[in-house]
Amino acid sequence: MSNEKIQEELAKYKASVEKAIARFPERDHLPEQRLYTPLDIKGDDYAEEISFPGVYPYTRGVQPTMYRGRFWTMRMYAGFSTAEESNKRYRYLIESGATGLSCAFDLPTQIGYDSDDPISEGEVGKVGVAIDSLADMEVLFDQIDLGKVSTSMTINAPASVLLAMYIAVAEKQGVAPDQLKGTIQNDILKEYAARGTYIFPPRPSMRLITNIFEYCSQNVPKWNTISISGYHIREAGSTASQEIAFTIADGIAYVEAAIKAGLDVDAFAGRLSFFWNAHNNVLEEVAKFRASRRIWAKIMKERFHAKSPKSMMLRFHTQTAGSMLTAQQPNNNIIRVALQTAAAVMGGTQSLHTNSRDEALALPTEESVMIALRTQQIVAYESGLADVIDPLAGSYYVEAMTDRIEKEAMEYIQKIDDMGGAVAAIEKGYIQKEIQDSAYKWQMDVESGARTIVGVNKFQIEEEPPKNLLRVDASVGEKQVKKLHDMKAKRDNEAVKAALADLKKACQDENENLMPHILAAVKTYATLGEICNVMREVFGEYEAHISL
Amino acid sequence: MEKKIRVLVAKPGLDGHDRGAKVIARALRDAGFEVIYTGLRQTPEQIAEAALQEDVNVVAMSILSGAHPHLFPKVVELVRGKGLTDALIIGGGVIPEGDIPALKEAGVAEVFTPGTNTADVVEFIKNNVKL
Repeated sequence: MSNEKIQEELAKYKASVEKAIARFPERDHLPEQRLYTPLDIKGDDYAEEISFPGVYPYTRGVQPTMYRGRFWTMRMYAGFSTAEESNKRYRYLIESGATGLSCAFDLPTQIGYDSDDPISEGEVGKVGVAIDSLADMEVLFDQIDLGKVSTSMTINAPASVLLAMYIAVAEKQGVAPDQLKGTIQNDILKEYAARGTYIFPPRPSMRLITNIFEYCSQNVPKWNTISISGYHIREAGSTASQEIAFTIADGIAYVEAAIKAGLDVDAFAGRLSFFWNAHNNVLEEVAKFRASRRIWAKIMKERFHAKSPKSMMLRFHTQTAGSMLTAQQPNNNIIRVALQTAAAVMGGTQSLHTNSRDEALALPTEESVMIALRTQQIVAYESGLADVIDPLAGSYYVEAMTDRIEKEAMEYIQKIDDMGGAVAAIEKGYIQKEIQDSAYKWQMDVESGARTIVGVNKFQIEEEPPKNLLRVDASVGEKQVKKLHDMKAKRDNEAVKAALADLKKACQDENENLMPHILAAVKTYATLGEICNVMREVFGEYEAHISL
Repeated sequence: MEKKIRVLVAKPGLDGHDRGAKVIARALRDAGFEVIYTGLRQTPEQIAEAALQEDVNVVAMSILSGAHPHLFPKVVELVRGKGLTDALIIGGGVIPEGDIPALKEAGVAEVFTPGTNTADVVEFIKNNVKL
């Protein structure tokens, strides 16, 4: 059918349904048009914009085989209480068929405080596992072969320290650094913008990050040195387009910083990875994943003149949207997570964490985690969604939406470029404000009923408070502090002092790569807090931009 | 003119999740209250001091990290210790139902859990604040 003919038929269709549609004003006010046709994608050039999996601009996926080769890595984010408890949960997950580990650290660890710091009181072991020193890390990975498993660590400001501990544990297991596979999140910009676990100001933080890029390119070549994260930006309330726009803007800032530090783009860019949210709107999410790949490929090729295809491939981890879980009728969350999983898989994720039904209430129980993992396995083995590569390509709607999200994201990226880049945009509070505005709009839409959340503002029921929630024992903090003090009494405190003094000197010399010094310090059992305090002394601390 | 209700929205502890705190702050402001937001990582001492300095009628705390059993009562104690005996102290976040009685016992007037309408928080403050 020619475009003119389609146009004509479309006009007829619209006229014919107008009356019927008008009877449903609630459904008629959705932002998307009702029907998509070839007219909506007539500008798309298949070779240039869509192409084949494993081929630039990677709209259809980064690997040529995608899940016809192997499934995504089923990686469940876990960690709580002490290293002993978390080690048990990790081994349970591996026995249940999880194919990668993902470590959640408690807030003191994420912000570089020891468990006995007064500011840590009440937080030790709560949202993740408490790690004070190499001694805890040894327990955390006890009987887990670091030569075999791939490990993702959600750690940002002190990422260098935790990575150094991981390398040191592996060494004790007899596994060389070049055999290690995994990821550190290491994405400080989104901490300033959305997640909040920053320590140092942007400049020294960017230095630490580029030091890690450089160190790993030479010593830990299979390690993903950063996971540039839109997940938390979305959780903080952004839209889909904002999620990828602000994150890719952060990515641009990291690439620029590394190039400025003298690194060759192809030496580090292949190890950059991304982290996306899988939200409720299935098709919009699929389009978002596809658009993100296309945008990154174009930026790396055209703007940074990368030559290696690996530098242009946007590889990503996905987590289902925690903020979309409801405390009301928590079993409904199983369905939400299944749909979000479908989106992540049809969008071609490299790894996936699925949230548990009870996470709007507390940390998940083992039973809930099992359901969440089984959700991935059912989608992988039973649903057929993983049988064909990029199955939604060619859908008028999905292709048009992929184009729309790319365009919206590029407009934001341009705006951020004009402000002087992501660091400047964050310092001005621009990105934070955009996210807050979207979050507020969402909440007001829910409260006005313009947006329906099942069980929250429609189809509510009277419920008993849920039972069997996971509780982190209140004594965890005391136990952890005792362990820390025992360890400090046993270690060679002179060696610790010398290593910290050496680290301080290295911090003061901008041309020095800090990784070897941090590695030397963790091996003396210097604590995370001690190491971060040395850096705080030299680098200072970040002061947040507060706006409402 | 009627005196405006002054609210301190506070994030005690190390938790960085402030979507809820910011949405609440804005909704309270839109409802005509004077709102001060502390920003992240405030110790209970800092919050009590800010409550005193800003002479607020309400302290609204938000925690999603599970540290509420420790931090909420501590804030209440310190705010009261500063002589703000009438201030209405409320909390919200990812807080299991089972924890709420103990928090109320400790002096938290109401605890708002996920899915709460901001309008309900506004209503609660209007009905319970002492000016």
